[in-house]
Amino acid sequence: MIDLGKYAGTVLAAYGVSLLLLVGIVWQSWAANARARRELEKYEKNG
Amino acid sequence: MSIWEYANPVKFMRVSGAVLPWLVIAAAVCTIGGIAWGFLTPEDYKQGSTVKIVFLHVPAAMMAINIWVMMLIASLIWLIRRHHVSALAAKAAAPVGAVMTLIALATGAIWGQPMWGTWWEWDPRLTSFLILLLFYIGYIALWSAIEDADSAADLTGVLCLVGSVFALLSRYAVLFWNQGLHQGASLSVAPGERMSEVYRYPLYLSMLGFLLLFLVLVLVRTRTEIRRRRLAALQAREMRA
Amino acid sequence: MIVLLKRDLALATRAGGGFGLAVAFFLILCAMVPFGVGPETSALRPIAPGILWVGALLSCLLSLDRIFALDYEDGSLDLLATAPIPLEGVTALKALAHWITTGLPLIAAAPVFGILLHLPGQATGWLIASLLIGTPALSMLGAFGAAITVGLRRGGLLLSLLVLPLYIPTLIFGTEIIRRGAEGGDPTTPILFLAGITAGVMALVPFAAAAALRVNLR
Repeated sequence: MIDLGKYAGTVLAAYGVSLLLLVGIVWQSWAANARARRELEKYEKNG
Repeated sequence: MSIWEYANPVKFMRVSGAVLPWLVIAAAVCTIGGIAWGFLTPEDYKQGSTVKIVFLHVPAAMMAINIWVMMLIASLIWLIRRHHVSALAAKAAAPVGAVMTLIALATGAIWGQPMWGTWWEWDPRLTSFLILLLFYIGYIALWSAIEDADSAADLTGVLCLVGSVFALLSRYAVLFWNQGLHQGASLSVAPGERMSEVYRYPLYLSMLGFLLLFLVLVLVRTRTEIRRRRLAALQAREMRA
Repeated sequence: MIVLLKRDLALATRAGGGFGLAVAFFLILCAMVPFGVGPETSALRPIAPGILWVGALLSCLLSLDRIFALDYEDGSLDLLATAPIPLEGVTALKALAHWITTGLPLIAAAPVFGILLHLPGQATGWLIASLLIGTPALSMLGAFGAAITVGLRRGGLLLSLLVLPLYIPTLIFGTEIIRRGAEGGDPTTPILFLAGITAGVMALVPFAAAAALRVNLR
């Protein structure tokens, strides 16, 4: 583990918040897309 | 062969579907690589390890502005040429832009705490980003409030146009306002020239990563919107039959 | 066009038109602030210009949704859209009517409320001047927001969310005029900026508002 010195909390908090937000938007986009595709396929199959 | 052919939803779906896997790989490599490389850079003699935040802060801030510009262009294309994909792309981009603005603000606040001794300062740059966030929120709220899809696209397009003018206007007004309050207190950190190569290359990689990540997200979200639109159209057709 | 303006003014001043509500709200707001920050002159004086401007802004918001809502509901907006007057002119007129019924009373009341907040005497003139120059832009931008949200069932809150960010430049330059005036400085620069914003808004926003109205009337 690399040494972050006295600002460890600051740096880790910044990375934590950013990654959380990025993962959040990626996950939300992916889930919404998967759901839209599932629903469309189901609808097209049943006619 | 013109670029407008991609305005056809079917063609858009086919091409974007083929491109996406490669784009995902590239975005993942560049974003993760850029952030990880940035995390492993040596400490700055003045700012200590907090300099590592720049690899999140600057790319997010850059994308926050560029995404709004992209939304403006997409809105204009919709208003002038009425390509549905364009309007949906603008809709798809807005939440991504809002998240980027949030990241820029959050990392800025976390960074500002030890460096300037305060979480928040009404510095022109910070204030402008806060205003930009307000515009993103208003734009997203308007999209979700209108039921008719074409009206929503039209109205948000007009709002984006007017909002762009006022976002720019606010930027200069804020500059004026702050100078009126406290003279010459320039807190902004200008990246670029003063940066040594140790930091510059991971920053470039991180910027590229954020750009690719945005492209992936916009394509995925636009595909989602197209599918939803198609489903709604199919259901409406069945209701009539 | 004069007829339309007269009609709007009559509708607004009639009982139930909400005339005067904005001023009452403005008064309440200005009365609440000292309870929040304390009655000391030293605390009130520096924030008085800002409070007065923010108060005017919020009071202005209150009556915005009425600009088009009633005409939209009873269908007269459809008639106006097919009338020989261009819709751009209609929106500008509606904004003018809103300014006369809301903006002007606010401007008239502002000096009195300035006394409540210990606004320095020499700043009163600048307060009136800045409001006179700035509030027409508020009404016009408000008409734009009202045009966008007119078809929505619960547009009121959204309207505030959309319109308030557009008010930021006006607010900044408006308070700056008073602040400089109160300190005995030269407020020419913010006055020119504010007048520029108002002129630009009056010239261009009617087109955006009319475009939004046409979408909503489709």
